[in-house]
Amino acid sequence: MKKTVLFVLSFVVWLFLTAPFHPQGVDWQSFGVGLVVSFLVGLIFGEMFTETPHKFLWVSRYLWALYYLPVFAYACLLANLDVAYRVLHPALPIRPGIVKVKSRLRSKSGLTALANSITLTPGTMSVEVTEDGYLYIHWINVLSQDVEEASRLIVERFERILERIFE
Amino acid sequence: MRESLGYGLMLFGALFDLFGCVGLVRLPDIYNRLQAATKCVTLGTCMILLGTLALCGFTAVGAKIILCIIFVLITSPTAAHALAKASHLSGIRLWEGSVCDQLEEDKKL
Amino acid sequence: MNNLLFSILVICSFLCLFRIARGPTAPDRTVAMDILGIVIVAFCALKAASSGMDYYLTIALAWALLNFIGTLALAKFLEGRGFDE
Repeated sequence: MKKTVLFVLSFVVWLFLTAPFHPQGVDWQSFGVGLVVSFLVGLIFGEMFTETPHKFLWVSRYLWALYYLPVFAYACLLANLDVAYRVLHPALPIRPGIVKVKSRLRSKSGLTALANSITLTPGTMSVEVTEDGYLYIHWINVLSQDVEEASRLIVERFERILERIFE
Repeated sequence: MRESLGYGLMLFGALFDLFGCVGLVRLPDIYNRLQAATKCVTLGTCMILLGTLALCGFTAVGAKIILCIIFVLITSPTAAHALAKASHLSGIRLWEGSVCDQLEEDKKL
Repeated sequence: MNNLLFSILVICSFLCLFRIARGPTAPDRTVAMDILGIVIVAFCALKAASSGMDYYLTIALAWALLNFIGTLALAKFLEGRGFDE
């Protein structure tokens, strides 16, 4: 099961890289090489890849990921305008600090996605993640030092969607 | 139409890159620099790649651009996280104007 | 238009080089190197768009991955721990 998932994933990446489907015809040589190579990759590295391969088969997760994309893109754009304002302002209006927030997510991939999303969204960057779901976040403009309040401000809006994708 | 969309995206991307690098020079300590530079340069580069995608269309080149965008979006925040953790562990303090450092407090316990 | 975009990215690279030359600590220099790598990816994409040669995108892809691995290695080195954690 794990090996099959990794085989399919690496073969899709290979198809993106070499693009064997031309309008003139299919390049069977690179198609075949890709099949053999991704079969070998799946056979050798399948055990290291993921612990819960059955999650790849739920279609609803992909739909939630599609919904997550525009939400994330909007937050990302806001983050950039925020940084541009702070950097170009002559007086540098920053109040930095490291705060601690709590997350409901437990799976490793979910916490990774949450930390990466936090890094790309307004004014926050993850510094440390602990095993039991606490994140230490560098905040460029500290609004609250309380754990619950900071969690509500930073984590809440992504957590609702990421929970449905990764848990 | 497609050309103006592509060049507009590229121009905004290059401007965001510039803001990120200005932040890299102006901001006072490593965490703020990392924060500004990672955010702005990642989105700026993704916008430049999207502009290239708009100019080329969905051909063999377009597939490579999509793969490149996915790689940049995954790897750049991870590298920023690793660097922030490393510099905090190697003992670099926050800027003097910082409000709080709860990670330092928790490490002492 | 292309010249304007290229000159903006060249200014970005010089700001990164300034931080590499100036940075008071080693992590500052590493951050500037990481950012310089991503700017180079953007440079390759612009070159591919302006010259129409698509192998520049292959270079961009390989550069993004190698830059990430290099930054991780430097971060682990600064952290002072082993790689197999």
